[in-house]
Amino acid sequence: MRDFKDTALLQVEGLTKRYGARIGCADVSFDLWPGEVLGIVGESGSGKSTLLSCLAGHLTPDHGRVLYQGRDTLAMNEPERRVLGRTDWAFVHQNPRDGLRMGVSAGGNVGERLMAVGARNYGAIREAATDWLARVEIDAGRIDDRPRQFSGGMQQRLQIARNLVTGPKLVFMDEPTGGLDVSVQARLLDLLRGLVRDMGLSVILVTHDLAVARLLADRLMVMQGGHVIEHGLTDQVLDDPQAPYTQLLVSSVLQV
Amino acid sequence: MTDHAYNFAYLDEATKRMIRRAILKGIAVPGYQVPFASREMPMPYGWGTGGVQVTAACLTPEDTLKVIDQGADDTTNAVSIRKFFERTGGVETTTHTSEASVIQTRHRIPEEPLREGQILVYQVPIPEPLRFLEPRESETRKMHALEEYGLMHVKLYEDIARHGEISTSYAYPVNVEGRYVMDPSPIPKFDNPKLGGNPAIQLFGAGREQRIYALPPFTEVVSLDFEDHPFQASKADHDCDLCGCATSYLDEVITDDRGGRMFVCSDTDFCESRRSAGHRGRLSPEEMA
Ligand SMILES: Nc1ncnc2c1ncn2[C@@H]1O[C@H](COP(=O)(O)OP(=O)(O)OP(=O)(O)O)[C@@H](O)[C@H]1O
Ligand SMILES: [Mg+2]
Repeated sequence: MRDFKDTALLQVEGLTKRYGARIGCADVSFDLWPGEVLGIVGESGSGKSTLLSCLAGHLTPDHGRVLYQGRDTLAMNEPERRVLGRTDWAFVHQNPRDGLRMGVSAGGNVGERLMAVGARNYGAIREAATDWLARVEIDAGRIDDRPRQFSGGMQQRLQIARNLVTGPKLVFMDEPTGGLDVSVQARLLDLLRGLVRDMGLSVILVTHDLAVARLLADRLMVMQGGHVIEHGLTDQVLDDPQAPYTQLLVSSVLQV
Repeated sequence: MTDHAYNFAYLDEATKRMIRRAILKGIAVPGYQVPFASREMPMPYGWGTGGVQVTAACLTPEDTLKVIDQGADDTTNAVSIRKFFERTGGVETTTHTSEASVIQTRHRIPEEPLREGQILVYQVPIPEPLRFLEPRESETRKMHALEEYGLMHVKLYEDIARHGEISTSYAYPVNVEGRYVMDPSPIPKFDNPKLGGNPAIQLFGAGREQRIYALPPFTEVVSLDFEDHPFQASKADHDCDLCGCATSYLDEVITDDRGGRMFVCSDTDFCESRRSAGHRGRLSPEEMA
């Protein structure tokens, strides 16, 4: 039997965050393995974004521990955590405006993380940006355009390129396909699936869309009122839900 | 001549002490922006109230003051500030760089090399080099604290992407002693190489933004660039039409309405000194027989 503590990429123990008397998320524990996609599903207000923000270090939880490769990220000082945030980790926001610099060209947006970790060769940065635009199916001729001139789907793909250019290990995504129409969503999902596989990314994916979860996630956590009420392999959870709440959630989607 | 209604150099002693503390802190931490409580000065902000306050805090009755505006001693701005300190401090003033112990400047470093013991005071409109891409003050402060300067190169990247080269030609960002990134005020990038290794004390005052920063003598200052787009201290590709100097920073002057123009040293004191030493340029008046 292998020693789990040595191989889990992320270990989360008893994570709790309150907003005053209101519960954001409560007593959440799980391990994330290298190359694994963990979906977090649940209705609006169930605590998905709160949990993700605590994991990514954007919010400080009241209790619990988050270990990344065995290092306690909550005990890290801010500089260390910010270095992690632009090297090993990436965060894809639901609204691309929150994750892009709208006043900077597409190439500059993709190049920023490279420059942040010390890239100082313009030609090489430009080449990497061109390459990444192609990987997210944005025409190379658009490299000097501002994100404002892009459609919503393109902006989201640009945000993904900007995040993945430095080859992170762990990507946090909050509703990456939310706000896009269905055909655009499908294309983005395809793209994400390919990138996750090719780069061997570990992903924590927040979504309220069970179809998205089915397509991308290996495992699912179902949240309600800040608590994790069900946790298992995606197919298991969706095909044979145990908790009554999950059964309701699944049946309401399947009827569509 | 001194107007005795004011304390020496206008500011009261308590204010000067406060500003001196900020200056000393700035000198102790080269390139770091020190907040200070900027005072109302009897002139508009655009006139360099930050520089004026720093100068006021540095001046002693024995000092000789020179004031330049884009290299010239005779613009309204330069003349007014010089008069201000003549009236409120009774200090000697000069237009000669070598004779001045304190030089207040807007947008230039004098051509004549400065020496130990001199103080160069810059008027600064926007002290924050990261402001261009990150408007949140809380965030830029953190970026300085944590040395997160990737964004400065994003700005230079955008320059090259749009113009084929780094088109920033004024207020060109520098790294100080391998630590803080600093805006050298809107001097032409031609002047950037003079920031580093300079024997004089260089002080920067931003009045509206309430910041003081400094370069102590012989500080290492490096202009930011890319390996394949190295920094270049450029100037107009001409000689001065009045003194013939091939190495000074030039202003282009329109001379008539038929497209006539000439290039002259922006540093008027430098140009005049060369002319009185007999140097001639393309458009110098004919030699008297
Ligand atoms: N900044 C905040 N201040 C106070 N309460 C908050 C704050 N952010 C979230 N909450 C509360 O915490 C709970 C969880 O919210 P959270 O945003 O994590 O839910 P979510 O699952 O991401 O919802 P959605 O699907 O709508 O994005 C909710 O009751 C919410 O009202
Ligand atoms: Mg949410």
